[in-house]
Amino acid sequence: MAESVLSGDQTRTYPRLVPAGDSAILIELGSEIDPEINSQVFALADSLESAEIAAVVELIPTYRSLLVSYDPTISKYDEMRARLDSFVTELEVIVEAASEARLVELPVVYGGEDGPDLGSVAEHAGLSVQEVIGIHSGIDYRVYMIGFAPGFPYLGGLDQRIATPRLKTPRISVPAGSVGIAESQTGVYPNASPGGWQLIGRTASVLFDVTKSSPSLITPGSKVRFVPVQSHD
Amino acid sequence: MTLVQDRGRYGFQQLGVSVGGAVDIDSLDLGNKLVDNEQSAAVLEIMLGGLEIEFARRTIFALTGADANATLDGVPLAVNISYVAHPKSHLVLGMVSGGLRAYLAIDGGVSTPEILGSRSTHIASKIGGVDGRPLAVDDVLNIGESSTSNASGLVLSGYEPESSQVDLQNLTVRVILGPQDDEFSKAGIEAFLNTTYTVTDQSNRQGLRLDGPEIESRSGRYDIVSDAVVNGSIQVPGDAKPIILLADRQTTGGYAKIATVATVDLPQLGQVSPGTNINFAAISVEESQRLLTDRRERFATAQIHKLVDPISLGIDGEHISVGVADNGEAKIADVEGETYPVSIDEYNHAE
Repeated sequence: MAESVLSGDQTRTYPRLVPAGDSAILIELGSEIDPEINSQVFALADSLESAEIAAVVELIPTYRSLLVSYDPTISKYDEMRARLDSFVTELEVIVEAASEARLVELPVVYGGEDGPDLGSVAEHAGLSVQEVIGIHSGIDYRVYMIGFAPGFPYLGGLDQRIATPRLKTPRISVPAGSVGIAESQTGVYPNASPGGWQLIGRTASVLFDVTKSSPSLITPGSKVRFVPVQSHD
Repeated sequence: MTLVQDRGRYGFQQLGVSVGGAVDIDSLDLGNKLVDNEQSAAVLEIMLGGLEIEFARRTIFALTGADANATLDGVPLAVNISYVAHPKSHLVLGMVSGGLRAYLAIDGGVSTPEILGSRSTHIASKIGGVDGRPLAVDDVLNIGESSTSNASGLVLSGYEPESSQVDLQNLTVRVILGPQDDEFSKAGIEAFLNTTYTVTDQSNRQGLRLDGPEIESRSGRYDIVSDAVVNGSIQVPGDAKPIILLADRQTTGGYAKIATVATVDLPQLGQVSPGTNINFAAISVEESQRLLTDRRERFATAQIHKLVDPISLGIDGEHISVGVADNGEAKIADVEGETYPVSIDEYNHAE
């Protein structure tokens, strides 16, 4: 399972554990965007979560690494590192036992006021608007991580045929729920914010609600399916 | 700019929610201790100064962090000591000196709604504090229930926040190399550790953007597949100059991180202004954890004691002025064995 990657003139071996300051350890499982590595990250995160290690403050899973922040007044670096190492050693078993990804379905009204850039995305792709909708809603997207803003998912797997460059001039405000494309990424804006993505549709689903104990509809490690609908009713 | 801040919003970074919180956490902790608050209580963080508050009821408060040359109904106040404000009294903060941010801790804590476990204001995501924004004129803040043991004239003996002990113009910042220092060349690491960087005006609660010698990467590239960042992560983007991430950072970033600031040296970074010179010094994780444990122990064991009985006082060098007394009649203050005449001419708010 160890994988070697050339970084500059140095060879790294994964997985590796490195300090991220005095209160966090970064567990890197690879250096590239890869669905298998990403699945390992979430399996490891779940397993550490269930272990309820007293010193662990927070876990942040991302594309290819897991950040474990801990309280060094409870566990020192060596102790924490050894503890995490024991989980990494068991990675294959942990991945085997991991539960299946949760599927989140988002009803989307494509085009019109909800997706003002659908036409230009179709034009760029040399496809009809219906074909773009069919391609975009035709697969389930992996949530590689959530970052940038509360509830903002980094989705993987966009069909290259509908990849489209960002807008030359970003919009000052993009409505909450807007579904967009930027290069070979697709995503959905949980809250109104400035943004340069090509907007192809919008969902009325509330993606992020601070009053809930689980505030984010989309969670890291889940999958997202866009379901075309005619109206937001 | 004044923001409601506490120790930050933990537990939701995996959902993209920034931690936020006071950037000078030592000053936050000291303020809360002086007014006998829980460590988790929210305070006001005042950048640069300029704030006027009218107290609606009798309130114990303390100012920490940068000295904002504050006055209570005209009487100059010192930092790092608790005072009482009487109903309708006015606290005025001027411009700060010796730092960038002043903190106002109030007995009972600022009780704006708790959002995802914290009251911290995160402006970029419009979460926390007062509607996720800085305070505005005419805002009314509710204060939580006051503790029973609150008192004025309290100081914490044998403990000073680090930010008041160091030269904020020429700062040495201790770092632990990594997590991605191996993305940088030997020359790059040497430039980072052996030359001086300057804080630019493109700095805020999200981070300090520094100017100085370029830090060479091994591959000529600086971007990595995005991963998580922490408070004090030092990332180096394509212009090859370091950025130190602070409280309001986003949860993830796509640049290689050459080093991470030692937790004990973070509070000072909340007090530096553009133009500050910074030198980085590498230490081990173990050393950094020792420093942090020592600091926390020193703070936990430092004793609160009463410096003086009367209620409001300002200390600058030898001058001591004393404000309102509880019975409205105090004319003499007893300060560590010395007696001082007291003017209460301006004070008529006594209970």
